[in-house]
Amino acid sequence: MTWLPPSASTFAPNVDFVLMLITVISVISCVLISFLLIYFVIKYRRKTDDDPTPAITHDSFLETLWTIIPTILCIVIFLYGYVYYDEYTTTPKNAYEINVTGQSWIWTFDYSNGKKTLNELYVPINQPIRLVMQSKDVLHSFFVPAFRVKQDVVGGRYTFINFTATQEGVFKIYCTEYCGTGHSDMGGKVHVLSKDKYAAWQSDSGSKIVNASADIPLDQVGAELRNSKGCVVCHNIDGAAGGTGPTWKGLFGKKRNFEDGSSTIADENYLRESIEYPTEKMVKGYQPLMPAYKGLLADYEITAIIEYIKTLK
Amino acid sequence: MSTDNEKNYLENGKGFSSWFFTTDHKRLGVMYLCGIGTFFIIAAIASVLLRAEHLSPGRTIVDAHTYNVLFTLHGSMMVFLFIVPGVAATFGNFLIPLMIGARDVIFPKLNLYSFWIYCLGAVIFLFALAAPADTGWTFYTPYSIESGTNVILITLGIFVLGFSSILTGINFIVTIHKLRAPGMTWDRLPLFCWAAYSTSILQVLATPVVAITLVLLIGERYWGLGFFDPAKGGDPVLFQHFFWFYSHPAVYIMILPAMGIISEIIPVFSRKPIFGYKSIAYSSLAIALISFLVWGHHMFTSGQSKLINIIFSAITFAVAIPTAIKVFNWLWTMYKGSIELSAAMLYALAFIFLFTIGGLTGLHLGALASTIHLHDTYFVVAHMHYVMIGGTLFGLFAALHFWYPKMWGKMFDEFRAKIAFVFIFIGFNVTFFPQFIMGTLGMPRRYYNYDPEFTIFHQISTAGTWLMALGFIFMLYNFFRPISKTAEANPYKSKSLEWSIPSPPPTLNFDEIPTVTESTYAYGNKIERET
Repeated sequence: MTWLPPSASTFAPNVDFVLMLITVISVISCVLISFLLIYFVIKYRRKTDDDPTPAITHDSFLETLWTIIPTILCIVIFLYGYVYYDEYTTTPKNAYEINVTGQSWIWTFDYSNGKKTLNELYVPINQPIRLVMQSKDVLHSFFVPAFRVKQDVVGGRYTFINFTATQEGVFKIYCTEYCGTGHSDMGGKVHVLSKDKYAAWQSDSGSKIVNASADIPLDQVGAELRNSKGCVVCHNIDGAAGGTGPTWKGLFGKKRNFEDGSSTIADENYLRESIEYPTEKMVKGYQPLMPAYKGLLADYEITAIIEYIKTLK
Repeated sequence: MSTDNEKNYLENGKGFSSWFFTTDHKRLGVMYLCGIGTFFIIAAIASVLLRAEHLSPGRTIVDAHTYNVLFTLHGSMMVFLFIVPGVAATFGNFLIPLMIGARDVIFPKLNLYSFWIYCLGAVIFLFALAAPADTGWTFYTPYSIESGTNVILITLGIFVLGFSSILTGINFIVTIHKLRAPGMTWDRLPLFCWAAYSTSILQVLATPVVAITLVLLIGERYWGLGFFDPAKGGDPVLFQHFFWFYSHPAVYIMILPAMGIISEIIPVFSRKPIFGYKSIAYSSLAIALISFLVWGHHMFTSGQSKLINIIFSAITFAVAIPTAIKVFNWLWTMYKGSIELSAAMLYALAFIFLFTIGGLTGLHLGALASTIHLHDTYFVVAHMHYVMIGGTLFGLFAALHFWYPKMWGKMFDEFRAKIAFVFIFIGFNVTFFPQFIMGTLGMPRRYYNYDPEFTIFHQISTAGTWLMALGFIFMLYNFFRPISKTAEANPYKSKSLEWSIPSPPPTLNFDEIPTVTESTYAYGNKIERET
């Protein structure tokens, strides 16, 4: 059984080396201490109630020894940790910058060519990347286990992550700073593409889903989008009460009562407006937490989500 | 004087008011024990529910908000109502005057007020449960500003509890300075008193900082002041600095008294002087001082500067060294001893083993390169519980068994105690060891939902909590079923002063203040004494 996630960045082997080094030192120390402990307990177990024992109070040699050895080990471990950390935090000159915004409970990624993605980060392989990150609301933390990188995102300032992906594939993103009810569902994926595929992805003006799913029914595309775009965090489809956002079950065609006292029937245009500008009409009993998806979803994707909601009767 | 002293402290007065208005340090110790015991049980039930939720990904028994409330309740109750007052307030109160040869602490009334303040804080804390907070026990801003739950009341409760901590700390410091019996010099002082002394310094110096921080947070929520909210020009990371400036020393408020207990128990059951008395005593002080300078290692990924991270990492390793020295000293105390594996000794030895694992995994979290990966994952959860349960809780259990005859004047069943120990020890490791692996694989902490690949680790971990719970229940049962209604004054042949008087101790402890002529640890043969 493996105890490390896949290693997919230039930083990951360094982290694994430090982890391994400390683990080996720890295991040796722990075995040594446990062995002595058990050995003493057996060897010097009480035989009679007045066993003679020597009144040893200290031993300068031993005490010096077990002060110096841990000190040396600690210095070595600190230095390894420091050297690799220094390398990780130093941004290479040719780094490609991507802006990252965290908010409850989605990640948005802005690329230099004007592309924008939601919860799905696309990066080319073997290219130093610099993430310029901020939060729109509470603290979040951007964590990709396969890259061994993690950094909190904070409102009102920028924080940074440097990495160079070394393996094509799809890797998990987690939020690791507690951010409320949807914390554990605030995730996403990093897609590491070859240089050619990345160039193709960059120049592709439409949504990836459109091309990938030409022969998939629209409502199934919508079901997929519910997961990948973060809708799943707040909107359930089983009608259970108490969700952060209204349930999608039976939503289409239902009467919606708003905070300002007005109401409407949930039709296609209402749903579209609620996705693009969710805080315009607040349904009674809910907080204005949902981010505006205007510009984050292609028209086709909004249509797919509405088609999917229609099927949830 | 001697007429007052005929009754033991348990028989001296009956009924609620004889306890609630007492200034007897022993009775106060017992009442703290009841208080922290109750909150330990509530918080432990919350943890069993939390783990049960993780039997499967997604919803198992509760929804996400309830889960968040439960871990906040578990964390804040365990920290502020159980483990911070924990060993210091219970055994500190009960033992310090007995160990130094005094009739009470120096300010008995202040001691009673500290207890009342603890009760008041606890009541406010419990009122907050009407709409329990979902912020985590760390109350990180800005989430704690925006959360719609009862953050003000719970922080107010903690604010009040802080004063109990400060006043107890002052009381112990002055008591140890002023009330030592003739001949009880600093280099004869029991190591538990050294540990309690170091702890008290931390309580007095660090607690005001968290109190101020919580007041700022209350001001921010109530009046909309902008200390920590970036939308108002505040800095959320500043809150973390303030919070950990207290809460890191608080880690040592929790663990130092437990270390003191281990330093008392191992010499007695090895019939040997404690090895390296001075280095243990001074390492307590060293740990207390350095612990003020490492708070930033809770914030390696918070966005604080690179230079600060490097400095905090270096100082963090500095705190590892006095800790390692203590472990070796305890170990070498047993060398050539006459070791009795009583239940108390088993807990003390388990403490050494588990605390070693907790300490060593601290290296993974102190080194910068690896901590970036491990921060805020289950690795931290496991590390922290190895120190807090494997360390403090096992230390407390060792103390509960060791001083049971002295405290209650009864004897418990050793065999049943050992069975309970086996359950707790195995259950603890089954619960928390898989969390190291899970964390290294990338499982974040405070996650309601998780990826299916972690299921097996979560299930093993949950099963461990059941074993532990069985052990706890059996241990409690054993405590309430003593096998003998009387106890000798000194069943272990200890040389410490608390064992020189009857069990349970008379109300005024000592008929005559004793004169101390040798070290508390003067066990063994060929000893050069200055009689």
